[in-house]
Amino acid sequence: MTIPSDTAAQTRLDPPPPPPPSLSAVRPFYWSVRRELWENRSLYVAPLIAAGVVLFAFSISAIHLPEHRLAALALDRATQAVMIALPYDFAAMAIILAGLIVGGFYCLGALHNERRDRSILFWKSLPVSDLTTVLAKASVPLVVLPLILFAVVVATQLIMLALSTVVLLANGVDPATTWSRLPLFEMPPVLLYGVAVLALWYAPIWGWLLMVSGWARRAPFLWAVLPPLALCVVEKIAFNTGNFASLLADRLGGFGVAFTIRTHGKVPLDPVPGLDPLGFLSTPGLWGGLIFAAAFLAAAVWQRRYRAPI
Amino acid sequence: MACIEARGLRKAFGATVALDGVYLRVEAGRILGLIGPNGAGKSTALNAILGLTAYQGELKVLGRDPWKERDRLMADVCFIADVAVLPRWMRVSQALDYVAGVHPRFDRAKAEAFLSKTDIKRTSQVRQLSKGMVAHLHLALVMAIDAKLLVLDEPTLGLDLLYRKQFYDTLLNDYFDRSRTIVVTTHQVEEVQNVLTDLVFINRGRIVLASTMEAFETRYAEVMVGPEHIAAARALKPIHERQVFGRGLLLFDSVDRDELAALGEVRTPSIADLFVAVIGGQASEAQGASA
Repeated sequence: MTIPSDTAAQTRLDPPPPPPPSLSAVRPFYWSVRRELWENRSLYVAPLIAAGVVLFAFSISAIHLPEHRLAALALDRATQAVMIALPYDFAAMAIILAGLIVGGFYCLGALHNERRDRSILFWKSLPVSDLTTVLAKASVPLVVLPLILFAVVVATQLIMLALSTVVLLANGVDPATTWSRLPLFEMPPVLLYGVAVLALWYAPIWGWLLMVSGWARRAPFLWAVLPPLALCVVEKIAFNTGNFASLLADRLGGFGVAFTIRTHGKVPLDPVPGLDPLGFLSTPGLWGGLIFAAAFLAAAVWQRRYRAPI
Repeated sequence: MACIEARGLRKAFGATVALDGVYLRVEAGRILGLIGPNGAGKSTALNAILGLTAYQGELKVLGRDPWKERDRLMADVCFIADVAVLPRWMRVSQALDYVAGVHPRFDRAKAEAFLSKTDIKRTSQVRQLSKGMVAHLHLALVMAIDAKLLVLDEPTLGLDLLYRKQFYDTLLNDYFDRSRTIVVTTHQVEEVQNVLTDLVFINRGRIVLASTMEAFETRYAEVMVGPEHIAAARALKPIHERQVFGRGLLLFDSVDRDELAALGEVRTPSIADLFVAVIGGQASEAQGASA
């Protein structure tokens, strides 16, 4: 049995040459995304602050929780569920809204700040392609931020659930009314679907902001916002029509086609909205938006690749 | 294969010609100083070599076209621009993590060992470090990369004397070996005179002098001439003359040293003196022509 030990000794003395360094595409991408999160901590800090505000407000409102609960229990069962779910839905919306605002500012700075502080010369001195860089930046609002929002909302809702259970128990009201009325196992999947829908529907907005961020020499916010507004005004004055304005409005609020929300007047009839993925996927607006998003991102890659870095 | 090979490199920004037909060949294992006045085209030349700007003409760096293959080229090329390009928000540990993550030839242990000789803390942000510390951090990152070509664009700009000295000492002792190539631009030419193996003067987008340092030392001579010999010295056609303490300091190109020794003390001129003679001469010619 000398052969194995010989081989081992030989390996120790004369290590095989290291494998040729390979530029796998995944590692640079992964580290590029991580560096975005290092630089832009507001991506998760802002949703966490929103969650803190929501929890603070919810714990104040919890003083009246027992009496509200008793009043709600006098209504029919469907309305009870809607009433009990309301603060949970509101918490989700507040946190997601905070996330969207932070996402917008992230995109406006993503390809602008590196040129302003000249750090682009450092980034470009490393073997990371411009395509990888831009895709890593685009994946933040498209993938990373939605996942952050999902996690923060679920955690917030769990804390709210625990808080209300404790308050109800302390006041001698049966906490099972929360647990049985809330669609606990439906809420996370619906939320996940919701953040995915938002990411896809807003993709052209993220793409536009990233492109402007890479293009504008200064004031990317103004360059991102004013030209579309100007276009609306020009169209209104020139043709007295509002097609572009309604296109923009639809882009901001039109993701509703992904859900079926049954209402009675303005009051929703279900604690969580129904899902209509087929309706969403068959909306031309989704695919048109994604085409625009791809075009904006391609332009952003082109600019970072071919324009003078500073 | 030459490390850098440029033929007829040209670059214009509108009507301004930054590079006007540059021919340059840098063999592996050389330390080239690219010296020129402001606006001479140094940075444009470096940007072309690094794939940061498009150009006309032919350019190959390590056998690749830098404009088409920047990201692949950067696996073998390192670059330090003047000190302020490390992102200010980044922590030292993050810089190490990131470069280790994206660079296939980065040896983290080497960078750590180099940093441990300095006062730089892993938890500090770049914005909290002094200029000299940032330069050292960048140098630590670059020295730990097993690159073939290192490009330094005014690497010591704004650093104090101690850091500047240390910077070049470290570079020579701990980094440079005969398989690597270094290209450096700087205005502080006196600091690199003993570092360089090759010298290139660039002015108005053209290379006006290209020489190895050995050839530089045999070709150029500076003589301190007293008033009694000044006429004889001028007859040998110095390329530059200035007065120091009432004596003439004359710079000669390709004149026999024995002949010069008769006139006064002969020594090798500094790069700075030659720079003034060659580039300064051009500038006054241009002024004379326009006047």
